[in-house]
Amino acid sequence: MSFVFTIIGAILVVLGLVFFIGAAFGLLRFPDFYTRMHAAGKGDTLCSLLIVLGVAVGLLAEVDWTHFDWHHTVPQLLVPLKLLAICVFIMVSSPASTHALMDAGFDDGIEPVTAEGGNALADDGFHAVAGDPEPYEEGSKIE
Amino acid sequence: MTTFYIITGVLLLLLMVPAVVRIVKGPTAIDRTVGVNVIGTKTAVLLVIIGMIFKRVDMFVDFALAYGLLNFIGSIAAARYLHRSKESPVGDRERDAKEAIQGASGEEARG
Repeated sequence: MSFVFTIIGAILVVLGLVFFIGAAFGLLRFPDFYTRMHAAGKGDTLCSLLIVLGVAVGLLAEVDWTHFDWHHTVPQLLVPLKLLAICVFIMVSSPASTHALMDAGFDDGIEPVTAEGGNALADDGFHAVAGDPEPYEEGSKIE
Repeated sequence: MTTFYIITGVLLLLLMVPAVVRIVKGPTAIDRTVGVNVIGTKTAVLLVIIGMIFKRVDMFVDFALAYGLLNFIGSIAAARYLHRSKESPVGDRERDAKEAIQGASGEEARG
């Protein structure tokens, strides 16, 4: 029974590492602030959730399930519950901080990559190209 | 199982290197802040894994929770600091547009 928890926990931790590979190299190689933010926000949140959840499930393997006793089995579940609380906190706080940083970047006037910028994404004929050359400059064009 | 968690921790540490590269060469200050945010979240995860290696998770879980909380507060503070607006939290771009519209209508009335 206990090795099932161990195997599920190890699978979750390895999945989290795979998602962190995507997040790290997306953060390194994407061409734009917004795309980097996309990789960092999504990949980072999911990777943290999966690794902490995997550790919590792996800890369930050490709990003595055979002789269930209210005074000895339930206190062993305290640490997995705390790890679950960390999961919930990460699930709330990481998208919130991503949103705040994205908002700050947009108000700073960081331009997204477009086709007219002469970037590498536009030239290969494979990726989608924005139709409006300056979609974020409508308000400031009024003179 | 300790070997598995040691390998996981070392891989997490190695995968923080791209974020450090982004912090060093990021074009804007907010890029660097994103890298710091990623490294902070991963440090909280790494603390849990260190607790698994030392078999003292009951102690390290509290460290991880406190570190995650500090990281969140730091990110929000950096975002508010790097925000360009000075008077209101609405943002400069909206105010610029309103001023431009008012200026244009004023010129029309004068002309």
